[in-house]
Amino acid sequence: MRLTCPRCGSRDLREFTYRGAALARPDSQEWSPAWDDYLHLRDNPAGLSTEYWYHGLGCAAFLIVQRDTRTHEVHSVTLAAEGRT
Amino acid sequence: MRLPSGGQIDRDTPVRFRFDGRDYTGFQGDTLASALMAHDVRVLARSFKYHRPRGTFSAGSEEPNALVTLGSGAGADPNVRATQQELFDGLEAFGQNAWPSVGFDVMEVNDLLSDFLGAGFYYKTFMWPKKAWERLYEPIIRRAAGLGRLSGKADPDRNETAFAHCDLLVIGGGPAGLMAALAAGQAGADVILCEEEARLGGRLLSEVEQIDGGPALDWVAKVKRSLKELPNVRIMARTTVTGVYDCGTYGALERVSRHMPRGRAPVDCFWRITARKAVLAAGAIERPIALRNNDRPGVMLAGALRAYVNRYAVAPGRAVVIFGNNDDAHRSARDLLAAGVHVAALIDSRPDATCDLPLAFHPGAVVTAVHGRNVVEAITFQEASGRSQKLQCDCLGLSGGWNPSIHLTCHLNGRPVWDEGIAAFVAQEGAVPGLHPVGAAGAVFSTAGALDTGAETAGELLSQMGFDPAEITVPEAERQAYAIAPLWNVPGTGRAWLDLQNDVTVKDVRGAAAENFRSVEHMKRYTTQGMAPDQGKTSNIGALAVLADATGRDIPGTGTTTYRPPFAPVPIAAMGAGGRGTGFAPQRFITSHDLSVAMNAPMVEAGLWYRPSFFPRAGEKTWRQSCDREVAMVRSAVGIADVSTLGKIDIQGADAAAFLDFVYANKFSTLKPGRVRYGLMLREDGHVMDDGTTACLAPDHYVMTTTTAAAGPVMMHLEFASQVLKPEWDVRLTSVTEQWAQFAVAGPQSRALLEALLERDLSNDAFPFMSCAPITLAGVKGRLFRISFSGELAYEIAVPARYGESLFRTLVARAEALGGGAYGMEALNILRIEKGLLTHAELHGRTTAFDLGLERMLSPSKDFIGKAAASRPGLVDPDRERLVGLRSLGPVLQMTSGAFLFEEGAEPVRENAQGYVTSVGYSPTLPGFLALAFLKNGPERHGEQIRMVDHLRGIHANCEVCDPQFFDPEGERVRG
Repeated sequence: MRLTCPRCGSRDLREFTYRGAALARPDSQEWSPAWDDYLHLRDNPAGLSTEYWYHGLGCAAFLIVQRDTRTHEVHSVTLAAEGRT
Repeated sequence: MRLPSGGQIDRDTPVRFRFDGRDYTGFQGDTLASALMAHDVRVLARSFKYHRPRGTFSAGSEEPNALVTLGSGAGADPNVRATQQELFDGLEAFGQNAWPSVGFDVMEVNDLLSDFLGAGFYYKTFMWPKKAWERLYEPIIRRAAGLGRLSGKADPDRNETAFAHCDLLVIGGGPAGLMAALAAGQAGADVILCEEEARLGGRLLSEVEQIDGGPALDWVAKVKRSLKELPNVRIMARTTVTGVYDCGTYGALERVSRHMPRGRAPVDCFWRITARKAVLAAGAIERPIALRNNDRPGVMLAGALRAYVNRYAVAPGRAVVIFGNNDDAHRSARDLLAAGVHVAALIDSRPDATCDLPLAFHPGAVVTAVHGRNVVEAITFQEASGRSQKLQCDCLGLSGGWNPSIHLTCHLNGRPVWDEGIAAFVAQEGAVPGLHPVGAAGAVFSTAGALDTGAETAGELLSQMGFDPAEITVPEAERQAYAIAPLWNVPGTGRAWLDLQNDVTVKDVRGAAAENFRSVEHMKRYTTQGMAPDQGKTSNIGALAVLADATGRDIPGTGTTTYRPPFAPVPIAAMGAGGRGTGFAPQRFITSHDLSVAMNAPMVEAGLWYRPSFFPRAGEKTWRQSCDREVAMVRSAVGIADVSTLGKIDIQGADAAAFLDFVYANKFSTLKPGRVRYGLMLREDGHVMDDGTTACLAPDHYVMTTTTAAAGPVMMHLEFASQVLKPEWDVRLTSVTEQWAQFAVAGPQSRALLEALLERDLSNDAFPFMSCAPITLAGVKGRLFRISFSGELAYEIAVPARYGESLFRTLVARAEALGGGAYGMEALNILRIEKGLLTHAELHGRTTAFDLGLERMLSPSKDFIGKAAASRPGLVDPDRERLVGLRSLGPVLQMTSGAFLFEEGAEPVRENAQGYVTSVGYSPTLPGFLALAFLKNGPERHGEQIRMVDHLRGIHANCEVCDPQFFDPEGERVRG
């Protein structure tokens, strides 16, 4: 598998680390069901999945990758720092 | 027998080799199989289960029978296909799975027991007693059955891995692949052409035919010259594309030096090729017809017969019978006749087949049995009229049709599609994005068709990639028709082989169906069909057809097994090349490494780092003596320890202080320049991730330290917090662990040492506890911190790494002059246990701030990572296992970390466990064994007695629960 890092271009899978589903961190500082969802509950989509990847052996960017879990087709790769799409 | 003329061998270059202890001579251009065939060596191997004699069956990488071991000793290479192994001077090969030799093998007795040894026999028979399976049955069965064996010694050979990139990957160097490569190369695309064999040409090497009005091989030579002139085309010979992976990634095995004596070159190179598009020009593989005793040496694929005659100029027999169900079988008969080989009969199962060759032709007939043991002696065939005849011969060629080599198209889960016209599976359209079958792999069997599809498909792909495909002329070539009438097995008594490599017969597959293993996947696992190294290349479709027949279904209705990578066996040594020893675990050395080794310090691993364990002095016989002395030295004088392995992260930016507030549980925005603070870092789930000190160098500049073990994970954690959670903040993170060498200077004499070295006032007023400052030492800019991991008056001094060795030397010399010296990891550990300070033995990922007694550090006045989750009731339950100190009571042999804690008198079983020990050491200061442990409701239980039990080592001890700060709990020394 390959990912096209917006900074580094098309790179081999082994430069990256998967960092889980790209979810928004709850605002609240109190424990709540939203925190439970954020920490523990995950969808397991057969299809489009939006997830974080870390380019640890490259530019250290966190990426938001949209990937089809059935085909591993990568639909988009954006910098997490530029916000969620 | 070698033919007097012809072939593509170099008769002027004889090549000497040995097989099973005997010397032979072949020619340059031979394979091991062709050279042995020239000497009439018929038995090359013994079969997997029944130890039946086996001979060469094919002329390529699909070979199921002729597996040999190459070389001897540690680097011996088992299961080498003799049909693929190029001959070289001095080659030495051995037969496998036989004793004493492949010619005479005592284990052949298995064949007489075959009625009992069918599929499923082991599962049904060796069931009782259960224990005997592992200890008795399995070892015996494994010894009796099998192919080649590894030497069991470390592999002495060198291998490599490599990466390549291209626009178009051409898989296969036959007519279709050559045409595609030429078209793409001339259009300016970056092309890689992978050919499994040493030479280009593919099937043309084995055929007699014309291209462009001349011999086909002249055309191959011409194309090769053109390709070599193109700088954008790379030809990779002896390279098998073994697997297809996501996003246009292909695995390929290059056999770099298997065709020559072992030297300095790597044996194999495993390539990862990234291609925008690829054409699959892998050709087709012929399949046999199952009939009684069709595994005898001398029974071969019909297409292989003419490969040996045309390419290697060897006759596979003196009297050959060819039996087929398709037109291609006739071609083998034609070529053998032309080469002067006697063809005793051509038997075609199709009643309407015609033949104008000058030989005995039997349309509508089938071969029913093969006779002979170590070699074919005769066959019996049944004519269309029903009359049976026996015919003397020493070789039988079988052709059940050709299967397009579509394996790679299935590697991303694509399912092949049944094509009634050629009675074979073809690739599913678009099964692998960007991979397009051409030629025989694309079910186009004529040479002209191969050239057409190669050029055409390459043209389309080039346009898709934005290249301007040049006009290319496709040369004239044969357009031979291919007609087939399916025939998979000839019914009759006796055993008819489907899978030669795993000894699976028609009867086994029917037996699987009878026992209701009707799914292909079940049949495969029950019989082991297709599970040998050849992965059933010549047997899968035949076995499927027999299963379909036995279960009353058609072939597409029965299904097909999925082809998975690798297409051909790939040595683990090739895939993992570079991943052994220090290639697997690189060594990280501190700047004082060489000096420490010179001081006889044993170096211990800490992750990838190596750190000194202790520094032995004359007269010290055990590590404990050295460790005790070093601890006492720090408590009474001064010690020097290299602490450079701790992670150091440089944090800068206008929002650096806010960022630290967010990633640490306690507050940092109140930290003034020149001050240092201890920080506790949580994971978002509320558990402790790491701890360490962070120094404020300027309002927008901090240096964070992490534990050695967590340096990498913390860096990634901070990047996540910065880029994902707080992208709007101005923060820059840089790992500077390796840029700075840092040394602890600890003990009552540390101030005197550093004041003299730095020529500055380090009194409590000038430089109080938890201060930091820039320093200049011998013109080198460094940093000084007043922090302590020992509970003593202590400092850490940091300089750029290139000055580390020099500084260590200076510090140790000055310490020794003051009655101190260097100390190692053992003493460092004791010193921190005496003070109840934490490491990752305690911060093991399941402990909370509450467990550690640090709950007051969780700031209520700001948001931080882990804040919400840390407040969960379950994480602040007083009954949790919480940090305590343990002191041994009475004489004990030892305390051990990992031991469990039980109440006095309670049975030491899991249900009664009250906690566990994480760190243990012998304190010469107090003296006695001390431990840090987690105990249910621990802080409320100081003064209680508890029993420590280490079930693993059989050690137990009575202990007293106490405060984890054993030594100087008021902290007077550290502020002294």
